[in-house]
Amino acid sequence: MATATEPRRTDIGPPHYQKFLPPVIKKNYGKWKYHEILRPGVMVHVAHSGDKLFTVRAASPRILGITRIRTFADLADKYCGGYLRFTSRNNVEFLLTDEANIDPLIKDLAALGHSVGGIGNAISNIVHTQGWVHCHSAATDASGVVKSVMDDLHPYFVSRELPGKLRIALACCLNMCGAVHCSDIAILGIHRRPPRVQGGLNKLCEIPNVIASCPTAAIRPATVDGAPSVEIDENDCMFCANCFSVCPALPLADPLNDGVSIWVGGKVSNARTEPTFSKLAIPFLPNNPPRWPEVVDAVHNIVDVWAKHARRFERMGEFIARIGWPQFFTMTGIEFTKQHIDDYKYAGLTYKRSAQVRQ
Amino acid sequence: MAESGGNGNGTPMLDELEKGPWPSFVTQIKETAKVKEQAQQLLQLLERSYHERMGHWKHGGIVGVLGYGGGVIGRYNDLQAEYPKIAHFHTLRVNHPSGWFYTSDALRTICDIWDRHGSGLTNMHGSTGDMILLGTTTDELEPTFKELTDNDFDLGGSGSDLRTPSGCVGPARCEWACYDTLNLVNDVTQHWQDELHRPAFPYKFKIKCAGCPNDCVASIARADMSIIGTWRDEIQIDQAEVQQAAKGGLDIQKDVCARCPTQCMEWDGKKLTIDDKNCVKCMHCINAMPKALAPGKDRGAMILLGAKAPIVQGALLSSVLVPFVKLEPPYTELKDLVERIWEFWGEHGKNRERVGELIQRVGLGNFLEAIEVEPVPQMIAHPRENPYVFYEEYYEEGDGDDDDQ
Repeated sequence: MATATEPRRTDIGPPHYQKFLPPVIKKNYGKWKYHEILRPGVMVHVAHSGDKLFTVRAASPRILGITRIRTFADLADKYCGGYLRFTSRNNVEFLLTDEANIDPLIKDLAALGHSVGGIGNAISNIVHTQGWVHCHSAATDASGVVKSVMDDLHPYFVSRELPGKLRIALACCLNMCGAVHCSDIAILGIHRRPPRVQGGLNKLCEIPNVIASCPTAAIRPATVDGAPSVEIDENDCMFCANCFSVCPALPLADPLNDGVSIWVGGKVSNARTEPTFSKLAIPFLPNNPPRWPEVVDAVHNIVDVWAKHARRFERMGEFIARIGWPQFFTMTGIEFTKQHIDDYKYAGLTYKRSAQVRQ
Repeated sequence: MAESGGNGNGTPMLDELEKGPWPSFVTQIKETAKVKEQAQQLLQLLERSYHERMGHWKHGGIVGVLGYGGGVIGRYNDLQAEYPKIAHFHTLRVNHPSGWFYTSDALRTICDIWDRHGSGLTNMHGSTGDMILLGTTTDELEPTFKELTDNDFDLGGSGSDLRTPSGCVGPARCEWACYDTLNLVNDVTQHWQDELHRPAFPYKFKIKCAGCPNDCVASIARADMSIIGTWRDEIQIDQAEVQQAAKGGLDIQKDVCARCPTQCMEWDGKKLTIDDKNCVKCMHCINAMPKALAPGKDRGAMILLGAKAPIVQGALLSSVLVPFVKLEPPYTELKDLVERIWEFWGEHGKNRERVGELIQRVGLGNFLEAIEVEPVPQMIAHPRENPYVFYEEYYEEGDGDDDDQ
């Protein structure tokens, strides 16, 4: 441990980004004219100066070991003058000025198992969370589901055949570290069993905080085995796990009841229609590791229906808005249930309040 | 427990996830397990989770580096006797450089530090934008931090503080950037180092900077403050390139004009005209014809506030706070606005109440008054539908008798 007498640097912030920009970017910063997608996963940006910057976007599992990162660094040295970046969806991008280097780079990436794609009307990487790899509140694994779904949808990553962009995200619980709630398809881990109150709760947690944490006021003070504790009105629990976030003595994880829900039709881009939340498509699918076949099939089916019937540029939500939700359930064969109908705040705003229904 | 994690014999379920075309996280953990014992035990524990269908990580305790309250996420497994090498497996969030640009040398530096002090596993990157160094012991936190800062890196945010600001690739590689997202991210990150490292807020506060309304960083869904580039003059049109796009197979009428949300475009087969006063800057036409169209020249940003995921009171999208602002260094106007928001939120926010939820609770009108921002119609989808209007004062008989009417 450092002591107070040692010189110690703090609050320096990250290194300045300009140190990491390749010369072609420094020269043309803010002076780009247009870009073109040359082929799946490869695009060129052309500056007003006439300079060209080629980008090769490669798949990444997001969990990367130092060995692989060093290999990426070697590839950047070999083909890109030592420059590379990562994207907001966790792909790795190599930045080239010599077009002749594109093919050899793609060949080297392929040998390592990193496909190139995810640009334009394609699926990009699935934004996701930690899951069982490293999280205390996960209701499902993240990386395993993502790997399984991306293996299945891989043809749509390495091509540009989809009607529009397809953005899938996964969060392994309702905390949504992956903020999946505005995705074309969201895969969301859910608990379905109320928290089990552990002995010694008052030694680990502040009881007023625990009570205040519940959005439905389902937690009440109680004396358990002579000690201050809480009791849960299980009928009012909607499994948000906020109480567990403030108090580790209220675990919800349960192999028999945990699983995955599927949500559709959200987006963050403002293009054409306004940003919107994803809506519930499938309330529950089981955790079935290692390959989650039920989840893979469900996502595949929804993507297929959209890919086959959507108009050009139409995102999932725009497609569903055009055809209507009854038709969405018919076309996908997904069963409509009581769980699909909102019963939280402002639920009435989600009811159909007109006679405009396809009969 | 099987002894081996690196040779594949002990992890039949995870081995299944090494098959298939998408790059495998299992391969990454195994590759790392060749040089790091922690990665080997992580593999074994994860295999167990796959069999039991349940995670084995406990809530984090309070761990960190000296003088900081954030940047480290404490993590312990609940089977410490069986998996002692990952009994402590804390995460360090390392503040990424704006735009996630790196040199190969910078990445090697990070790898070398993490080779010496941690599990060798990372996330490139975490959801908020930081580099995630995944797994080390309490004893290694301070030495890791020292080496990071010796090499000009610092920790990011966690807990109830300003989280690491992030932004899109911006003017570094995008012709649509309406302001300098990289510079703004870097500037505010440096300006608010104290708020970032020492949690003093009711809850987390995220800032994301998107250069245009395509919002590649999902700011409107994922950031308490969403700063989205836009413009207020005319879309730049290259008519010759519009015709080229049409020749190239784009149906300008059907795929561009008919998809315009305000129907403000016309195409007569030769010329594209845009009624820019009615354009809402959605980006669709520009996305469809990047060589022919570009955002206008009078560029700036819109500031929106309040997005969050569901916990606690429900998910929110950010809503408009400032319809248009020019964003130039040193960004004084923006910083003053943010600090007024923090002051009101710090005073009135409840524990674990995001600023968006506070606005829902007190009402946007009252919130605007508190942070000294005038209400404008751009802030709302439509005026209220209910007649339950609050007025703070009323007249009584005799009021105003002395005034000159």
